Amino acid sequence: MTSIEADGDSQSSSILSAEEDRTLQKSPTELDLAIETNGLKKAFGDTQAVDGVNLRIPRGTVYGLLGPNGAGKTTTIRMLATLLRPDAGIATVLGHDIVQDAAEVRATVSLTGQYASVDEDLTGRENLVLVGRLLGFSWRDAKTRADELLTAFGLDDAATRQVRTYSGGMRRRLDIAASLVVTPEVLFLDEPTTGLDPRSRNQVWAIIRTIAAEGTTVLLTTQYLDEADRLADRLAVIDNGHVIAEGTSRELKAAVGASTLHIRLRDPERREEAGAILRDVLGVVVHNGTDRDALSASVPHDQEAAAVLTALADVGIRVAEFSLGQASLDEVFLALTGRPAEDTTEEMSA
Amino acid sequence: MSSETTRPPTVVEEELGGVLSRIERPPRPGPVSASITLGWRALLKIKHVPFQLFDVTAFPLMTTVLFTFLFGGALAGSPREYIQFLLPGILVQAIVFITVYTGVGLNTDIDKGLFDRFQSLPIWQPAPLVGALLGDVLRYSMAAVMVVGLGVVLGFRPEAGLVGVLFALALVLVFAFSLSWIWIVVGLLVDTPESVMTSSFLLLFPLTFVSNIFVDPATMPTWLQTVVRVNPVTHLVDASRGLMHGGVALADVMWVLVASAVLVAVFAPLSLYMYHKER
Repeated sequence: MTSIEADGDSQSSSILSAEEDRTLQKSPTELDLAIETNGLKKAFGDTQAVDGVNLRIPRGTVYGLLGPNGAGKTTTIRMLATLLRPDAGIATVLGHDIVQDAAEVRATVSLTGQYASVDEDLTGRENLVLVGRLLGFSWRDAKTRADELLTAFGLDDAATRQVRTYSGGMRRRLDIAASLVVTPEVLFLDEPTTGLDPRSRNQVWAIIRTIAAEGTTVLLTTQYLDEADRLADRLAVIDNGHVIAEGTSRELKAAVGASTLHIRLRDPERREEAGAILRDVLGVVVHNGTDRDALSASVPHDQEAAAVLTALADVGIRVAEFSLGQASLDEVFLALTGRPAEDTTEEMSA
Repeated sequence: MSSETTRPPTVVEEELGGVLSRIERPPRPGPVSASITLGWRALLKIKHVPFQLFDVTAFPLMTTVLFTFLFGGALAGSPREYIQFLLPGILVQAIVFITVYTGVGLNTDIDKGLFDRFQSLPIWQPAPLVGALLGDVLRYSMAAVMVVGLGVVLGFRPEAGLVGVLFALALVLVFAFSLSWIWIVVGLLVDTPESVMTSSFLLLFPLTFVSNIFVDPATMPTWLQTVVRVNPVTHLVDASRGLMHGGVALADVMWVLVASAVLVAVFAPLSLYMYHKER
């Protein structure tokens, strides 16, 4: 515990406001942390999957681990759920050490893995009864509980069907239901909406919000910036096994710059030329968008955006689209890592 | 599917709120209770996917019929005479062969992420392995009953009667249970269920063919006889014959029990160690 406090400052990124920093210096009990990690490391062979992750997750919040594939999110969550043993560092879940008191940790957490961890051969009801029995319910109570959950998750009609006949959304809901047979104090959700259609994604979001509203601390991983933005009270951006930024979504956006300028050119051939002009006028790094005609840059002062437009007009570069807005998490990621959050951006905008 | 279209998220939220707020955590289940629950899961799988039982029984039934009629005349004068000798042995081969499905099933479960769930539950940690084995032993029993049943149809007449057969079955199951721990280790070690299958044959073919299942070892070269004599399967077959037809040698039974104990003593801790180690 003491070593964590000593390190309390260095782990919180510079993005946090001074006020927030003071909050973090309070003792863990005062702040009521659900999860605390310090210098967590894990390697697989030569790959350093997690390379010193420090997290302080307040109780009762939805906390998002955001990062591209292979950033170390899943490994982190698997260590916290006691499925993996860390190579170095300490972590506690509700005060229980994840290595020394693994059994206590298991008794307070639930995990919904990246791939629906339900038995496809069994029916939805049987899956929930199975988990209920393994949590210590009598057969009768396990069945009652299974039926309650099936109703609440809208799976009544499918209760006696084999899970292999379920749609992706139904499977995911059953999987989350299996994590809630006993209301956990901490719920880990590893990419809860990956591969779901927008409708199912909305349902899962509603479920997660409800779970959090009932007082469960939720730690979720996602590659969807949009998802992190909507669900998480606080975020840690993870890249290459490190936490590269931490804060609320608003703080992260604010850290990148007041606003972001998006430009689409009528003539994509002149993008480089336009980029050079933007650099000159704004004095910031300019990013090329995925589309051949798109450019973006953060604008320190809003009035400079007008100057960009004039400068482009002066050399005859015609602009098809011009917008100024608060930075999206996409841009936050770009600004923090110097590269976009992988190919997920396309799915996001859909 | 209708539930997906008729239920707006708000309803989910309301109902869910109620469901989440009123559950108290029961005391943790004991090791026996957890293992039995996971054995129940194996039973359900047989119920929902009866075909997997066919997987397990088709091969033994086929070999029983084939070997009886292929070799019966040449080796013992007639199929009917041969099957008296063959059946206690082919039963052993059949059950020993299907133990590999333990590893295949385990590997599939891990592949699907199911063991992540089990491992993050506050249960006695070996329970998923033991539970799977309980279900498997049940499958072995079913396969064994079918093989013996088919044998009787083909003319097998155990001299020691039903009691002898039951004792023989029990001994075979004890050995199969112990041998299964090897496949649990393999199931944890390799990447795909197919690799479990492939690697198993390297052990199972010599184990069952370099034995006294099909022929009297007296006709084999001396060096091979030596190998056959130390093969636990040989002793299991001798014990099985002795129990079914009378005149069992206690030494053979002891040999089998000791071999079983050694298998469990080596491979059960090894598999538990590997199970705890990350994959």
